[in-house]
Amino acid sequence: MTTTLPSYDDVVARYEPVIGLETHVELGTRTKMFCGCPTDFGGEPNTRVCPVCLGLPGSLPVANKAAVEATIRIGLALNCSIAQWCRFARKNYFYPDMPKNFQISQYDEPLCVDGYLDVEVNGETVRIGIERVHLEEDTGKTLHVGGATGRIHGATESLVDYNRAGIPLVEIVTKPIPGAGALAPEVARAYVTELRDVIRSLGVSDVRMEEGSLRCDVNTSLNLPGEEWGTRTETKNVNSLRSVERAVRSEMLRQASVLDAGGRITQETRHFHEDTGDTTPGRSKETATDYRYFPEPDLVPLAPDPAWVAELKAALPELPRLRRRRLQQEWGLSDLDMQSVVNAGAVELIEATVAAGASPAAARKWWLGELSRRANETGVELADIGATPAQVAELQSLVDAGKLTDKLARTVLEGVVAGEGSPTEVMTNRNLEVVSDTGALTAAVDEAIAANPDIAEKVRSGKVAAAGALVGAVMKSTRGQADAKSVRELILERLGVQG
Amino acid sequence: MSDLTTKTAAEIAALVAGGEASAVEVTQAHLDRIAAVDDRVHAFLHVDAEGALAAARAVDERRAAGEALGPLAGVPVAVKDVLTTKGVPTTVGSKILEGWRPPYDATIVERLRAAGTVMLGKTNMDEFAMGSSTEYSAYGPTRNPWDLDRIPGGSGGGSAAALAAYEAPLAIGSDTGGSIRQPGAVTGTVGAKPTYGGTSRYGLVAFSSSLDTPGPCARTVLDAALLHEAIGGHDPRDSTSIPQPVPDVVAAAKLGATGDLTGVRLGIVTEFAGEGAEPGVLAVFREAVDTLTKLGAEIVEVSCPHFTYALPAYYLIAPSECSSNLARFDGVRFGLRVGDDGNRSLEEVMSLTREAGFGPEVKRRIMIGTYALSSGYYDAYYGQAQKVRTLISRDFTAAFAQVDALISPTTPFVAFPIGARTSDPYQMYLADLFTIPTNLYGGPGISVPCGLSDGLPVGLQVMAPTMADDRMYRVAAALESAVGTFTPPAL
Repeated sequence: MTTTLPSYDDVVARYEPVIGLETHVELGTRTKMFCGCPTDFGGEPNTRVCPVCLGLPGSLPVANKAAVEATIRIGLALNCSIAQWCRFARKNYFYPDMPKNFQISQYDEPLCVDGYLDVEVNGETVRIGIERVHLEEDTGKTLHVGGATGRIHGATESLVDYNRAGIPLVEIVTKPIPGAGALAPEVARAYVTELRDVIRSLGVSDVRMEEGSLRCDVNTSLNLPGEEWGTRTETKNVNSLRSVERAVRSEMLRQASVLDAGGRITQETRHFHEDTGDTTPGRSKETATDYRYFPEPDLVPLAPDPAWVAELKAALPELPRLRRRRLQQEWGLSDLDMQSVVNAGAVELIEATVAAGASPAAARKWWLGELSRRANETGVELADIGATPAQVAELQSLVDAGKLTDKLARTVLEGVVAGEGSPTEVMTNRNLEVVSDTGALTAAVDEAIAANPDIAEKVRSGKVAAAGALVGAVMKSTRGQADAKSVRELILERLGVQG
Repeated sequence: MSDLTTKTAAEIAALVAGGEASAVEVTQAHLDRIAAVDDRVHAFLHVDAEGALAAARAVDERRAAGEALGPLAGVPVAVKDVLTTKGVPTTVGSKILEGWRPPYDATIVERLRAAGTVMLGKTNMDEFAMGSSTEYSAYGPTRNPWDLDRIPGGSGGGSAAALAAYEAPLAIGSDTGGSIRQPGAVTGTVGAKPTYGGTSRYGLVAFSSSLDTPGPCARTVLDAALLHEAIGGHDPRDSTSIPQPVPDVVAAAKLGATGDLTGVRLGIVTEFAGEGAEPGVLAVFREAVDTLTKLGAEIVEVSCPHFTYALPAYYLIAPSECSSNLARFDGVRFGLRVGDDGNRSLEEVMSLTREAGFGPEVKRRIMIGTYALSSGYYDAYYGQAQKVRTLISRDFTAAFAQVDALISPTTPFVAFPIGARTSDPYQMYLADLFTIPTNLYGGPGISVPCGLSDGLPVGLQVMAPTMADDRMYRVAAALESAVGTFTPPAL
């Protein structure tokens, strides 16, 4: 069926979207959820495994306390209530990347419930309700080889890597989010962005979407104004913040075209395609899988001590939104300026640079200017550009001390980014320091005067503007390492002319 | 039959410690006995002669070097094939694990090795410990040394028969609904189910996680206590393991052996008196009760009204958990794989593997459990059974407010002929009528021989409060001191 998609403006004029997000976060604990295997990303297949995470007969899980603590901290940061008593549950289904053919998860007794996260969209605060935050174990990874598509269909062999099996996974589920209207895609993106920043600020996960340590499923439905919510679809394989936004938008458009044609939305899982920006159906949920949940009998219930929870709450770091507010004020930035700092991913970098001694204006100038430009050019994250906040602060201090001009400083920065050492080292090694030794500078000026007697005579006779040519000559002979203003003053002084 | 095979574990340990017999001699004597009788008894699925002799030599060397030996050093032990043994085949009595050699030892097996015991091999069992006669082993039934045409109980019939046939002085069993105590009763041996959480389940191939309890089997109460002490105690790898020391069961067994039960109050469960038990068993039980009275115990009757619902609740909870526990046997990572011809889908291979690998009783329970956990049926079946479980635990708690321990016949009937009950699952399930409540409650229970009915052994069960395992050993040892031990006819 080929249908022309309606325009987005048209869709949001006629339909109301309801969205919901399920986010999985791999915790950065040292060991797996239920055994002592390491959790580091990568590694030869099936080298980070043991009887427990391979689900060998007789093996038993033991819950990782650090993972429970991290989950509670996430729950607290999302304003959730923490259960005083809860259990793990088994989710039963057969799949080869799941060693036990059941996943240890949580069902009707999650660790954290009923919270919210405030996010900002177009300068407005939107409160996203959090239904639950629970803890579970990740599955292994299946690789289908020999087929054309890399999918199980048509493959001649399926290989399973269990290194990921058993890595602690936190699932964060929002309440349905109605009322976002045309902004629904942006709200979805803003939520995932804010959630990522909150979790990163807690230091419990590296939350990298591209490595899969933060994964997001997007639920979308449309309804006519005043009518009940529509049937929702669940879009998976949404692997970047931009994709979150695109997936919601694309699904809204698709659903509208189905509804416009008098069709019915099928409750199903859909796959988002990064290249085309649209979704295709996955497995249908019409015949709902019966997971036969029941309390995990191999694990004792979790009963977090309220005093411990209170301690964790008291020790939460300043959360990103409040921190941004505070920093904006401290740095004296407008909303718009702050927004550009946030969008560039430069909040932490600027903060650290200021902490290392630079002024907020200077720190912002370097990170949003030269360094952002380089990051964009080379396609790397700003944080991975190769210059540290301490180096940027050092660079600025060299400028402030008059040892570097802005232009020279950019050259030094280039050397720093290239890994040539600290700004001072680059400046020294490349011999870029401003020539401030008056003896050397005077010699250079005298040389320029001697080499250009005509111009010198003009200046002496009152045509002060002609001195520019002499300044240029000096700058050339000092390879730009002199301060032009000082050079000019010195020239006039040597020629006995008042500036 | 060598003298060494008729000794108790305590006696063997003393001989080895005193240098009167080497561990190698003791081990060889038992290996010889196995070679002589096991083709008729079929207690063992795998005999690890090489490993056993190596372990025995190590004990002898340690003794020669003047090292202190533990109370069971040099004593042979047979291990139910439900526990993983590193590099030694572990089948759980099932075709689906045929040839699997685990890469790790169960905690209990580790502790047995650390105690200097000598593992002779792995004993037969009903497939995945589901059964009461060992007839559901995929490798053929074990026979009762008292009458080779009869069953040795189950699921741990192999371990019990190995003891009764003098193939081993000690054995490990696992008890989910009576699989240690019921085989003990019908083979005239001692079988103890510790408090749930008192012995580690790490490395015990799960049948029903909330019920499975590994424990000791022996020919005397003291030997069972010594073995219990060696294998029990907290294990950080089992989160349901109780972080407390093992009650002093050895001291309790020694105290009981003095034959004095003055001041001990024992309760007979009203609901068990008469119902379901055959007359011969009841007669022997009543005689045993008289004996206990003579030893000074005070006997009272106690009502546990919900025990009547124990069997149906058990047959919902155990299958439910098993349906999930056994899902991992799919041919992907270990054990049997059927139909992987390059054309069939993964699902087909999983399905064919399970079809071929599981026996009829295991399939029956997987299906019952899958149904009981299904959406829409959960509350009516699994949920309801859990409520019954709570009520049964309350019955126990109330009973133990009145008495120190409860007593009953261990089984309603003596060893039945092979094949007599396989056609009707319910008749088979009745074998565990008296043992199941203890599993649902989580407390300890022991079966001790108390007499013969028509020449076949009858066991008396002592049930105690959780973590009061010592009480049951005291009562059992006292009864044993009065009625003696029972030796089957020569094989």
